[in-house]
Amino acid sequence: MSTGTTKLDVVVSDVVPVNELVTRFHFRRRDGALLPRFSGGAHVVVEMRDGERTRLNPYSLMGSPLDTREYTISVRRDDVGRGGSLFMHRNVRPGMEMVISYPVNLFSLDLRARKHLMLAGGIGITPFMAQTAQLAAEGGNFELHYTCRTASLGTYADVLRERYDRRVRLYHDDRDERIELDRLLSSQPLGTHLYVCGPSGMIGWVRDSAASLGWPTETVHFEHFAAPQPGAPFDVTLGLSGRTIRVGEQQSLLEAIEAAGVDPPYLCRGGVCGQCETNVIAHDGKFIHNDHWLSEEEHRSCKKIMPCVSRFEGRSLVLER
Amino acid sequence: MGITFRKETFRDDFTFKNSPEHIRRFPFPFQEDSYMYAVNIEPHVRGPKGSVLENLIDVDEHYVAEMQDRALVLAEDPLRCQSLPHMTLAGWDLLELLMEQQALGYPEHFTLTRDGDRWRWINRPLGIDDTFTFGDVSTLPYGPMEYITRQSQGDFCILDQRDGNLWMDAGMVTTQADWSLDFDIGMNFFEWHAPVPLAHEKGIFVRALKFLTNIQQGKPARRLNWTMTINPRLDTSPENYHKWGPDRATVTPENVGDKVHLRVELQSFWRLPRSNGIVFPIRCYLIKMDELVTQPKWARRLHRVIRDLPDELANYKGLTRYRPTLLEWLSKLDDGSPTSPGFGPD
Repeated sequence: MSTGTTKLDVVVSDVVPVNELVTRFHFRRRDGALLPRFSGGAHVVVEMRDGERTRLNPYSLMGSPLDTREYTISVRRDDVGRGGSLFMHRNVRPGMEMVISYPVNLFSLDLRARKHLMLAGGIGITPFMAQTAQLAAEGGNFELHYTCRTASLGTYADVLRERYDRRVRLYHDDRDERIELDRLLSSQPLGTHLYVCGPSGMIGWVRDSAASLGWPTETVHFEHFAAPQPGAPFDVTLGLSGRTIRVGEQQSLLEAIEAAGVDPPYLCRGGVCGQCETNVIAHDGKFIHNDHWLSEEEHRSCKKIMPCVSRFEGRSLVLER
Repeated sequence: MGITFRKETFRDDFTFKNSPEHIRRFPFPFQEDSYMYAVNIEPHVRGPKGSVLENLIDVDEHYVAEMQDRALVLAEDPLRCQSLPHMTLAGWDLLELLMEQQALGYPEHFTLTRDGDRWRWINRPLGIDDTFTFGDVSTLPYGPMEYITRQSQGDFCILDQRDGNLWMDAGMVTTQADWSLDFDIGMNFFEWHAPVPLAHEKGIFVRALKFLTNIQQGKPARRLNWTMTINPRLDTSPENYHKWGPDRATVTPENVGDKVHLRVELQSFWRLPRSNGIVFPIRCYLIKMDELVTQPKWARRLHRVIRDLPDELANYKGLTRYRPTLLEWLSKLDDGSPTSPGFGPD
C-alpha cells in the first residue's frame, strides 16, 4: 500500500496569535466541503513547502470533533528547533493553500474508562482540547490537570476553565505550583484511565509514578512525539535502491531518504507509530535511537532503526531501503 | 433502472439463485490453479462497472431476501447482534458509513438527507422512511449499529483498538461460516483466530494485526476468503449446527450441481472516524456449482484447487466428507487445458 495517508487540500482560513509563543492555525477544505470526522487525540501531518525543502510536521487537532467545518492546530514557536514551527509562525498567512494528511489517532481515548484523568504540560494541552470536547458532548467523566510555566503561557487555560470550570485544575511553575501526583493517582476510582501529554520528563515522571502505584499499563496512555533532533551529518547506503546519501545536520534520516526519491511509509514522523521501521543490513558505528517504538532489546540489537527520529555516528551504515 | 430484487429463501425450500448477470459478477476467489493462505490484502478501491467492487458497499439482487433472512435469525436468537457499552459511538460511525455508501452507490434505492444532526433516511426496497437525531439513540427503533445492519447485506464486526490489539466488541453476525459472535465477543485478534490451522505458524496473524491497526481513515482495505456450503444457507452458525451440519452427508453425484455452493467472503476493513475503531464487513456471496460451471475457466480451476488443497485446510473448511463426490463431478469438466491468469471468467 502507498505511503502515509490520504491528503487533504486545504486553505488557511485564519491565523490567530494566542500568546507570545503559540499561534493557532485554522484550515478549511479548498472545495468548501466538510473535513473528515476525527476522534479526540488525532493529529494531522502538515506539509510545508519551505523553498527547496518539504517539511512534514505532525500537530494535534484541537477543535471539537463534532464540528469539522475547519481543523485547528496550535503551534509553539521553537527558536532552536529545526525550523518547522518557525516556518509556520513566519510564513503561513490566511488564504495560503496547504496540504495536510487525513487525521490519524495514536492517542485515542479508551472509551471503556469510567473516568478519564488527563495530565497536560505546556503545548501538550492540544490533544486534550479535542478529547474534552468529545467527552463533554457525551456526558463523559473527565478531569484535567494542566501545568504551564506562567499564567500568560497557559495556552487555552482560560478557555478550558470557562468551558469545564472545576474539572480543570491549573498549576503554574512560576508560583511553585506542582501536581501532587502520588496523591492524585492514589485517589482515583476504579476504572480510571490516565492520559499524559507534555515534555518527555513529565511523561516519564507520570508513567513511573503510575507504575509504582500499581496502575496497569493498559490504563496509562501517553502521547510523545519526539521531534527529530539535529546531529552530526552522516552517510547512509540504501541497500535496495543502491544509492548512498548524506543526512544533513538539520535533516532527519527519513527526510534524507525521501529527498533521494525513496518513500518509506510513515504516519507520525515522531518515533511512535512504527510505520517507517527499517532493517539494518550492515553497520560500523553507533546508533542514536530516539524513538518510542522499538524495544530496548531491539535498540541494542542494532538490526532496526526508526529513521524519522534516530541517527547514526560512525563509518558506514547500510539500510534495507 | 435500479436492481430487480429477487424473492427467494436461504432456508427450508432454498429458492436462492443467481441471475446470469450475477453469475458473471461473482467474486471468484482463485487467481491461479492452487490455493494457500497469504496476507492477500489490497486497497479497497472501486473496481470495474458491473463487478461487486463497482461500489465499496455492494447491494445486489439478493438484498431484500437477505434482510428478511436476517430478521428471522434475530427473532430466534437476539444474541447474534451485540454491542458492548463503549461501542455505541462506533455504531454511529458505522451507521453514517453505510448510509453514505448505499445512498452514493444506489440513489434510486436509498436517500440520505442531513440538516445538522437531523437526518432523514429513506430505504425504498425495505419501505423505510425515518427521521432521527444523529447521536441520540432514543430517536431510532434500535441501537445505531443494529438499525443500519438490519438494512445492509453482510455481517459486521466492529473492533475496538487499544493496547496495540483489536477487540471484537460489537457486531451483527447472521451469515457466518461457522463462527459465533456470542462466543467471540470481547476477545482480541489472537484469541478469536486461535482455531485457524497453519496460519499461526506462518506468522500471518502478527503481520495482519500490524497492518489492520494501521488502517487509515479514507483508506479502506479488503481481502477475499472462501469456503463451501451445502444448500444456499446464509446462517451456518455453530448455534444452528444441528440444522446445517447434517446437510454435508446429503451430497450425491446427482445433486452436487444444485446443493454444493462456493461461499466467498468479501472482507473489508475501515477505520471509523469518531471512535477510532475498525469495522470489518464480511459480505457473503453464494453460487451453486451448476451456476459456477457455466464459466468453463472457473470449473477447471475450482477442480484443481479442491483437488490440491492440503487436508488440514479441507478439514477446517468442512469439505472432507463430500470432497471426493465433488471432485469426481468437477473432474468431468476439467479437460486439463490451461486457465487464463486472473479471477474473471474468460
